Amino acid sequence: MSTTDSTRRRHTRRRVRPGTVVLGAILAVGAVLTAFPFLWMIFGSLKPRSESVAYPPQLLPQEPTFEFFVELFTKLDFGRYLVNTLLIVAICMVGLLLMAAAGYGFAKFSFPGRDVLFFLVLVTMMIPGQVTMIPSYLILNGLDLTNTLIGIALPMLVSGFSVFLFRQFMTTIPDEVIEAARMDGAGEWRIFLRIVLPMSGPILAVQVVLTFIAGWNSFLWPLIIANDQRLYTLSVGLSLLNQQIATNPALQMAASTLMVVPILIVFVVFQRYIVQGFALSGLK
Amino acid sequence: MKTRLTGYAFITPAMLLLITFGVLPIAVAMVVSLTDMNLAGLGDWSRIRFIGADNYTALFADRAFWQAMGNTALFAVVGVPAVVGLSLLIALGLNSSQGRFFRALRSFYFVPAITAIVAVALVWGYLFNTQFGLFNHLLSLVGLPPVPWLSDPVVVKFSVVWVAVWRGIGLNVIILLAALQGVPKEYLEAASIDGASRARQTFSIVLPLLRFALFFVTITTIIAWLQFFDEPFVLTKGGPLGASTSISLFLYQKGFSASQFGYASAGSVVLFVIIAVVTVVQLRARRADVDY
Repeated sequence: MSTTDSTRRRHTRRRVRPGTVVLGAILAVGAVLTAFPFLWMIFGSLKPRSESVAYPPQLLPQEPTFEFFVELFTKLDFGRYLVNTLLIVAICMVGLLLMAAAGYGFAKFSFPGRDVLFFLVLVTMMIPGQVTMIPSYLILNGLDLTNTLIGIALPMLVSGFSVFLFRQFMTTIPDEVIEAARMDGAGEWRIFLRIVLPMSGPILAVQVVLTFIAGWNSFLWPLIIANDQRLYTLSVGLSLLNQQIATNPALQMAASTLMVVPILIVFVVFQRYIVQGFALSGLK
Repeated sequence: MKTRLTGYAFITPAMLLLITFGVLPIAVAMVVSLTDMNLAGLGDWSRIRFIGADNYTALFADRAFWQAMGNTALFAVVGVPAVVGLSLLIALGLNSSQGRFFRALRSFYFVPAITAIVAVALVWGYLFNTQFGLFNHLLSLVGLPPVPWLSDPVVVKFSVVWVAVWRGIGLNVIILLAALQGVPKEYLEAASIDGASRARQTFSIVLPLLRFALFFVTITTIIAWLQFFDEPFVLTKGGPLGASTSISLFLYQKGFSASQFGYASAGSVVLFVIIAVVTVVQLRARRADVDY
C-alpha cells in the first residue's frame, strides 16, 4: 500500500513542469503584493505615533504598542460603533430569512401572478444601486425612518439575487418531504423553519457569510441615514478619522485593523462558502 | 394548513421590501426629476414645484456634470481592460496547477474584494501620503522624484483607478476560475497528444470556451465602473477640483451635500438610462450566444 502511495506521489512530482514553477513564483509575488497593504496596516497599527510619521518609513514597528487599540474604545466611541454594526448585521440576517421565505414561496407554491412577481425579482437584480441611492433616501424620509437603525438597514435588506438563489435551490427539495410533513399535521411555517431551511443548508451558509460581510462593511447607508453619532457604524466612525490623516496614521491603522481582521478571520474559516457565493454571482 | 394564500404569505415581506427599494425608486426618481425639490421641499411637500424638463436642461449645460461624465468614461476605459485582463491572467495562472500551493495563493487575490472600503482607503491614503508615505519613499530609493498621488488632477485619476482595480480583481478571478473548471479535460488531453503547446491550447481551446464567462465579466465590470463611487469618495472626495469625481459621486454631492434632490434625481435617471442600455446589449448578445 505504502509503496503504491509513494510511487504515485513521485509520479505527480515528476509531472510538475518547470513552467509551472516559474508561474507559481510569479503568482506568489503577485499574491504578496496584493496582500501587502494589509500587512502595512497591521504593522502600522502597532507603531507609536512618532514611528508612524517617521521618514523613511519602516515596515516593522521598533517599539510595538497597543495604545491606539485601547484609545479607540476609551477616548473614542468605537465600542458603540461596534454594537451598532453588529445590530445591523443582525437586522440583515432577519432580512435574509425573509428572502429565504420568498424563495420557498416561489419554489414550492403556485398562485396567480407568481411568474409576473418572480420576473419582477429578476428585474430588481438589474437595477443599479447608485441610481436608487437618492430616491431610496427620499422614500425613507417619507416613511420617517431617517436617523434610525431600521432605516439604515432597510435598503440593504433588498436582494433580488438572494431570492433567486434560494428559489433555485429550494426547487430541488422533493415535494414528497414537504407533503409528508403536511400529512403529519405540521404548520406551514413549521415546515419552512424545521424542514426546508435545514435542507437548504449549503445555500443558506453561503448567504449568511456574504450577508455578514456586507453588513459588517456597510458604509453608504449608515452615512446617509444616521445624523446622530450614536447610530454610527464602524465604517462611518472610521471615515471620521479620515479627516485626521496628517495627525495620527497609527490610530487610523488600528481602527482599520479592527475592521479588517474580523473579516479576514471569517474569510479563513468560511473561505469555501465565500468563494462559492462569488462564483454563483457569475450565474446572474 | 395549505391554502391559496400560503404562497403569498411567504413572499409578501420580501416582495414589499424589493418593490419599495428596488423598483419604486426608479419611479420616484423620474417624478422628482421633474420638480425643484430641495431641503425645504423635503420637509414640506407643498413647497415642491413642477418644473418640467428644466433639471435636464440645466444638467446638460452643467460643466461639472460633463467633467464627471468624462472622468467616468476615462475610469471605465482604463479600469475595465485592466480588471478583465489581470483577472484573466491570474485565473489562467491559478488554474494551471491543482496543487495545494496554487490553491493557497487564490485566497490572497480574493481578500481585497471583501474588506471594507473605508479601511482600505485609509491604508492606501497612508501609502500615498506625500510626507511619510511608503510609495514616494520607494520611488526615492530608485532615484525617482516624488509623485503627488492624490493632489495632482491627472495623477489622482490613475491613483483611484489603481485602488479600484486592486479591489475589483478578486470577484472576477473567482468567476473565471469557476468557468475554467468547466473546460473538459479531454479536449486538453487530446490537444496535448496531438502535440499542441500549452500556449496553443490556451488560445485555441480554453479562451474560446471561456468566451461567455469573459463576456459576462466584461459587462458586469463595465456596469460596476459606470457606478464607480467608493474609491474617489473616501480617498479624495472627488478632488482636487472635481478631477476624480465620477457620475455617482456627482449625484451624491448634488443630492446630499447641496440638497438639490430634483436635480440629482435627473442625473440618476440619466445614469439609469446609460446602464439600462448596456444591460439590454448584454441580454441581446447572450440570447444570440450559441453553446458548444
